[in-house]
Amino acid sequence: MIELKDLSKTYISASGNVEALRDINLTINDGEIFGIIGLSGAGKSTLVRCINLLERPTAGQVIIDGKDLTAMNRPELLQMRRSISMIFQGFNLLEQRSVLRNVTFPLEVAGVKKAAARAKAQELLKVVGLEDKAAAYPAQLSGGQKQRVAIARALATDPRYLLCDEATSALDPTTTQSILALLKEINRTMGVTIVVITHEMRVIDQICDRVAVIDRSRIAEIGAVSQVFTNPQSAIARELILPGTASAQEFTPGGQRLRLAFNGDTTRAPVVASLIMECQVPLNIVSADIREIDDKVYGQMLIELPNDSAQTDRALAWLNERGIAYSKEV
Amino acid sequence: MFTDMFVKLWDNHLFLWGIWQTVYMTVISTVFAYVLGLPLGIVLSVTDKDGIRPMRAVNRVLGIIINAFRSVPFIILMVALLPVAKLIVGTSIGNKAVIVTLVVGAAPFVARMVESSIKEVDKGVIEAAEAMGTPSFKIITKVLIPEAKPSLITGAVISMVTILGYSAMAATLGGTGLGQVAIVYGHQRFNQDVIWFAALLCILIVQVIQEVGMRIVHKSDKRITN
Repeated sequence: MIELKDLSKTYISASGNVEALRDINLTINDGEIFGIIGLSGAGKSTLVRCINLLERPTAGQVIIDGKDLTAMNRPELLQMRRSISMIFQGFNLLEQRSVLRNVTFPLEVAGVKKAAARAKAQELLKVVGLEDKAAAYPAQLSGGQKQRVAIARALATDPRYLLCDEATSALDPTTTQSILALLKEINRTMGVTIVVITHEMRVIDQICDRVAVIDRSRIAEIGAVSQVFTNPQSAIARELILPGTASAQEFTPGGQRLRLAFNGDTTRAPVVASLIMECQVPLNIVSADIREIDDKVYGQMLIELPNDSAQTDRALAWLNERGIAYSKEV
Repeated sequence: MFTDMFVKLWDNHLFLWGIWQTVYMTVISTVFAYVLGLPLGIVLSVTDKDGIRPMRAVNRVLGIIINAFRSVPFIILMVALLPVAKLIVGTSIGNKAVIVTLVVGAAPFVARMVESSIKEVDKGVIEAAEAMGTPSFKIITKVLIPEAKPSLITGAVISMVTILGYSAMAATLGGTGLGQVAIVYGHQRFNQDVIWFAALLCILIVQVIQEVGMRIVHKSDKRITN
């Protein structure tokens, strides 16, 4: 279990202090895939680096398996890091080492015998589907293959936790899918707890069980992915789930704007068509998106009603009557 | 066409002797300059504020000392270091003394070359090693040096060429080599052809060092895929 308690991080510089994280309280349970989502600069990369103390928090505690990392001396911390692996957006492979020797690297550091390290590395390359690339060098691999090597390397020391810092952000959509599938498989078969940092909602709804939404150095919202997705509480979560709210405002100077949320049951019903026909309200669809979380289909739609209070009331009454979740947008 | 001196030197294989002496001194001095300069360069990069173990005071003091040595023109440094040479090798003339002054003169230059090579290593790779719980010393031996290897070799080639240039000044201290041939038999006895030929031989040696060095770099750099 990873517990972050009252975590804050402030960067002090001559040009002024920058508060990267503020009062972060978070518990990540064993065996789950936990997502941390936010826009660039929200503080999520700093947050993940505070978990293994690559960044030392200015205040607060990082407690992993009951042990307070902030109170450890350096040898203890280095030892602890072997059970908390990390993969990165830029893969960060050793360019002058072969694929196999990249995977044996953490084992060499841990003092494992050469033959045993090689055997373990071969086995892990099989897990990530790159057993035929053992002798290749990183420069000869594609982005997806590099990330697979990085994953194999991260698993070499049998970690309990795997931190993924924007691990798929440099990959194309198809490769992203395969890497996410691999991470999910590792979580299920090896029981590794995974923390995923991303700015893409797609990554979250694809593999995460729970998600924390981080905005301007603070946690804005936290909960099960399906819950946050169907009923986002914070403005930032809404923006991340269905972007374009801000920009759409410019070209449609109409009336009341509604965000409709469809859960598993209502997703397939022709809600918008019925609303238009039954209420005689001509409306605009600003944006819409549908996705699958845990085999259930969820959708979100941003619609705009005409600038007419009678029509607006009629539409709202209709939605209330049908029990369709919506929220008013400004 | 050639002066008598040129013919005499040629017949007595003195040009060959000069080449050998120059190459020998350059190689020995480069090796020892790296024995001193490599650790210094590593300390400089590691203790830098962006290094893996920032140590401001150490970095500043070392930086100032290295800059001081590099500011003094080599010909002056060489003369100034004669007592040091006497202390170390027991003489202040001849090749032994020259090698001492070459090593001390080149080591600060080598340290800066090494520093800049080490600093080129991708910060992300170092971060990955740190995230794996790698102690600083192992980051140096297993990440920084191996990852910087092609750049370090390129630096060694540049250093060797610089040291070769310095070694020509060795003639002033009674050192041997192509510099001595050019100055003693060429310049001091007014034989222009000897000077030019010695210079040509220096050019050829540099070309060979450069060519061989770059081949080694190309072969050792695993980022090059073809």
